Amino acid sequence: MTTTTPTATALPEATAPGPTPRRARRRARRSTPLTIAMLAALAYFLLPLFWLLIASTKSTQDLFNSFGLWFSHAPQLLTNIKETFTQDDGVFVHWLLNTVLYAVVSAVGAALLAAAGGYGFAKFRFRGDRFAFNLVLGAVMVPTTALAIPTYLLFAKAGLVNTPWAIILPSLVNPFGLYLMRIYAADAVPDSLLEAARIDGAGEARIFFRIALRLLGPGLVTVLLFTLVATWNNYFLPLIMLNDPDLYPITVGLASWAAQAQNGGAGASSDMLALVVTGSLLSIVPLVVAFLMLQRYWQSGLAAGGVKQ
Amino acid sequence: MTAARRHRAAGPLFVAPFLTLFLLLFLAPLGYAAYLSLFQNRLIGGNVFVGLDNYTQALRDPQLLHGVGRVALFFVIQVPLMLLLALLFALALDSGLLRLARVIRLGIFVPYAVPSVVAALMWGYLYGPDFGPFAQLSRDLGLPAPDFLSDGWMLGSLANIVTWEFVGYNMIILYAALRTIPQELYEAAAMDGAGAWRIAWSVKLPALRPALLLTLLFSVIGSFQLFNEPNLLMKIAPDVISSSYTANLYAYSLAFTGQQVNYAATVSFLLGLVIVIASYAVLLTANRRRTP
Repeated sequence: MTTTTPTATALPEATAPGPTPRRARRRARRSTPLTIAMLAALAYFLLPLFWLLIASTKSTQDLFNSFGLWFSHAPQLLTNIKETFTQDDGVFVHWLLNTVLYAVVSAVGAALLAAAGGYGFAKFRFRGDRFAFNLVLGAVMVPTTALAIPTYLLFAKAGLVNTPWAIILPSLVNPFGLYLMRIYAADAVPDSLLEAARIDGAGEARIFFRIALRLLGPGLVTVLLFTLVATWNNYFLPLIMLNDPDLYPITVGLASWAAQAQNGGAGASSDMLALVVTGSLLSIVPLVVAFLMLQRYWQSGLAAGGVKQ
Repeated sequence: MTAARRHRAAGPLFVAPFLTLFLLLFLAPLGYAAYLSLFQNRLIGGNVFVGLDNYTQALRDPQLLHGVGRVALFFVIQVPLMLLLALLFALALDSGLLRLARVIRLGIFVPYAVPSVVAALMWGYLYGPDFGPFAQLSRDLGLPAPDFLSDGWMLGSLANIVTWEFVGYNMIILYAALRTIPQELYEAAAMDGAGAWRIAWSVKLPALRPALLLTLLFSVIGSFQLFNEPNLLMKIAPDVISSSYTANLYAYSLAFTGQQVNYAATVSFLLGLVIVIASYAVLLTANRRRTP
């Protein structure tokens, strides 16, 4: 599945930014059977990651010769990491840096564009505003991959194919992000505050950057994080847009290594398999760490975003 | 210029950057695909206007119809299962009955941060007959290894990967919605003598409606454009996953292997149309049920 859109949930009335107060719990009683059932579910979700961690410590030969869910007699995680980073003159490092570049530029750009647009639609009335907003809203349901091939054809004409822009530009437009920010801005930015700033003689740009953007914080972080994940995980778009391995993001790079490992079979070049496995592990560490560290932000953003029907 | 007039002029300026890019990167490709779909590139005569010929061809193209049929089947089986699991997990987390609730919540969500490419690679190796632990275990027990990558299992194996990736994401959306239900509603229900199940059914589920609808809509859009997972499993099971296994794989191979640009644009455009129609069907059904 390729959709990774920022999203939010229903609020009876969208509240101001900030964590929603936790409800006092009546029951302090815990249920052991329910806990055990959920731990079983948790085991399913962690199983592949556990396997990946174990497999990253093995040589390609040990992958075949030892039991998959436990260490072999000669763990070699550091050797594998070193080989992953030095294979093909360090192309893996390129892939990591490319991924960071594409993801960060896209996420910051998309979040700012959505915030400015959402603020504009929420706080100003102008000719055609309703039409323009509905047009964007209708686009929420248009799948991005249906756009990818025609975008490729257009970019080929404009000479943008096989450049970082081919990945960044399409990731900047996030219709759902704009929708989210409009709803968020309507509630989080009080009109009276804007009026007061205007009376004080502040310009519109200054009001937006100094006052509104701060109030839009949690919504902004939500759009930012989810665009970051979507771009980090993007495979289809870079697959069709790029053919220079030095420009690949990590997803396309790993897929190309996996194809090599497959074609190599069990022969001499099959060392690739250990590299694919170790590279996979290395590629998920940054995002998992980011999500765990920023959980307060995205969880409050999800709760406070609010989708009204 | 007065403050009021400056104020009025500022609105369009705030929305202009987004709308400009939206026009160039969203509407223009859509329009270009529609335009391309009306032409054919022929050996003799070059680019020829053919009206709706590409569409009549597409609607009778067995490869496309099978691809769409397969993702529709995938949608009907995988999405209800995934959303049901997400709903049950969210209710369990919200019930306050769990120990280690925080660990469980984050652990189930973690796969969302794993790129689908890595998820497909991992599961592909886990499924595999050579060093997958399932095959290893069955060999040790003297049983035939389950062939997860065979024709009969493949759709289920793909469904498992997608479910693994997205249950946690949907669970978090539903859980966040549950946390916003006002406490007074529970107190009122408890005073009326409602038990935990009754509260889940009569208070929590109705309050989850908008969030559930949202997760359903994103699942429609996601399933119908299924690409990454089959594209990667194709490399380890080329005999099972053909280049037209899903509609999106078909569009991709038409454009980049077959060089049939016009027909690929037609297929992309049709696929987009199918998804928009399916999304509106979901919305309409949901809304009709709400207002009888």
